[in-house]
Amino acid sequence: MPYGPHTPEDRAAMLEAIGVASVDELFSDIPAALWASELKLPPPESEVELTRRLRDLAGRNRVDLVSFLGAGAYRHFVPAVVDQLLLRGEFYTAYTPYQPEISQGTLQTIYEYQSMMGELTGMDVISASHYDGASATAEGALMTCRATHRERVLISHAVHPHYRQTLCTYFAGADLVADEIPLVAEGPAAGTTDLAALERMLADPDRPVGGVVVANPSFVGLLEPMAEAARLAHAAGALFAAVVEPVSLAVLASPASYGADVACGEGQPLGIPLAYGGPYLGILGCREPLVRQIPGRLVGLTTDIDGKRAFVMTLRAREQDIRRERASSNICTNQALCALAASMYLASIGPHGLRDVAALGAARAAELERALAGAGAARLHPGPYLNEFAVRVLNAAAVHRRLLARGVLGGLVLAEAMPDDPSLADALLVCATEVTTADEIEVFAAALGEELAEEAR
Amino acid sequence: MAQDLRYTKEHEWVRVEGDLAIVGVTDYAARQLGDIVFVELPEVGRKLSQFGAVGVIESVKAVSDLFAPVSGDVVEANGELASSPELVNADPFGKGWMLRIRMADPGQLNNLLERAAYEELTREG
Repeated sequence: MPYGPHTPEDRAAMLEAIGVASVDELFSDIPAALWASELKLPPPESEVELTRRLRDLAGRNRVDLVSFLGAGAYRHFVPAVVDQLLLRGEFYTAYTPYQPEISQGTLQTIYEYQSMMGELTGMDVISASHYDGASATAEGALMTCRATHRERVLISHAVHPHYRQTLCTYFAGADLVADEIPLVAEGPAAGTTDLAALERMLADPDRPVGGVVVANPSFVGLLEPMAEAARLAHAAGALFAAVVEPVSLAVLASPASYGADVACGEGQPLGIPLAYGGPYLGILGCREPLVRQIPGRLVGLTTDIDGKRAFVMTLRAREQDIRRERASSNICTNQALCALAASMYLASIGPHGLRDVAALGAARAAELERALAGAGAARLHPGPYLNEFAVRVLNAAAVHRRLLARGVLGGLVLAEAMPDDPSLADALLVCATEVTTADEIEVFAAALGEELAEEAR
Repeated sequence: MAQDLRYTKEHEWVRVEGDLAIVGVTDYAARQLGDIVFVELPEVGRKLSQFGAVGVIESVKAVSDLFAPVSGDVVEANGELASSPELVNADPFGKGWMLRIRMADPGQLNNLLERAAYEELTREG
């Protein structure tokens, strides 16, 4: 597609036609104080200089660490075929073409993505696709309000704090209310969503709830009572949105099986490399009756005039370019390349492979639990987990810092992620996946043991 | 186009039966929209206010809002449109009706257009 910028003559003609002297005049209603000041950029550099500088910057990344960090983004082995195929020119473009006459390959990959995510979540409809788990969760919560004509959702305090923040930002803009469901303080269910509190919050007749949002596993790695939470939501006329981690769905119950109306989550664990700030992949799906509420686009399978199989954009009429301010979402783009990576990852490892990834991660995490307990850091919560859990570590931030100096990334300091939760004040959130080795676990446990002994002195 | 109807500028029609207003979209609207593939209507009992957006009409080329021509309560929504939205194209003033509204204030009908004025509007548009 040729791209021709406007010439100075074009601009002059347009300005004359609308009776404006200069382009600046078009922006004169913006206070001068808000105008962008001149960008302070360094002088141009040659490719050689620039490459050297970027390499130096990249070199400041710590890639030597033994990592036990998860907290929403997970290390996994990615078969070489995924990266190799992603680089194909047909896929590796800045823009996703949708015209069915020229884009059967692209449309088919999106259709495959929807199909595989549908299989994984059990949802009837998967949209293709969203920015990340946080925005997908916010969109999912908005769907529950639109579908029920109610203006309030309840979100578990154990949903990822970034997702909660994103949801609150979306809700404030839409004049909707998001209230947090507290967590159980003690006993066998400590750290999970408080069902009794949920039931009470749902019972307020003056403030009807459109949707209940709970994550499984939760931010601190615990398995949540999803079926019970869904039942309580439905009994109050609300919809239930499950925030899920896709690899875990190979071994855990699917959102559909416990009655979720909406499933959302972060697709990064499916073949997308860890990167600070993304790009990641937002997964969003729903049951069939909610299909008109789902933002984004759906690709469908049909037949062309010759009766041959063909893929087309089937549903996107609710998007911003068509429906303006009444669009189902004000984000009108997607993550086609990351969705493609997820599809390639799933297709290359297959359902049994995905089960192995999830099960091996869980087995490694059980080893990690034993090793850390032996080093003096026992689990914080008694309930079941899959491959991520919190351990009690006094002075966690300082210990974490000293572990880093020893080449160990000891998970996440929970007090920094959830400063409003005193029960997490002295804790690290740690995770293991199939790429975690016994040696790494040994290194972490030994280092932590020494640091805890140091703390105790 | 039927004589006894009132119209909105947004191309809804209203037929009055006692205190009920039967509402649909005009043949002009149906033609402009093209093949209608989905109609989303408010549930029975919902309170509507005059000229507020109450539903959605989706065609192969556009998505438009359905506006309430009068204030009142929804008494019935045309359930047949869920499986046969094409009725709106085939018979917009008959089987393609959308809502029966119990009017809160029949005086609001005076805010609507008579046939001649609506025909004038569609001729311009």
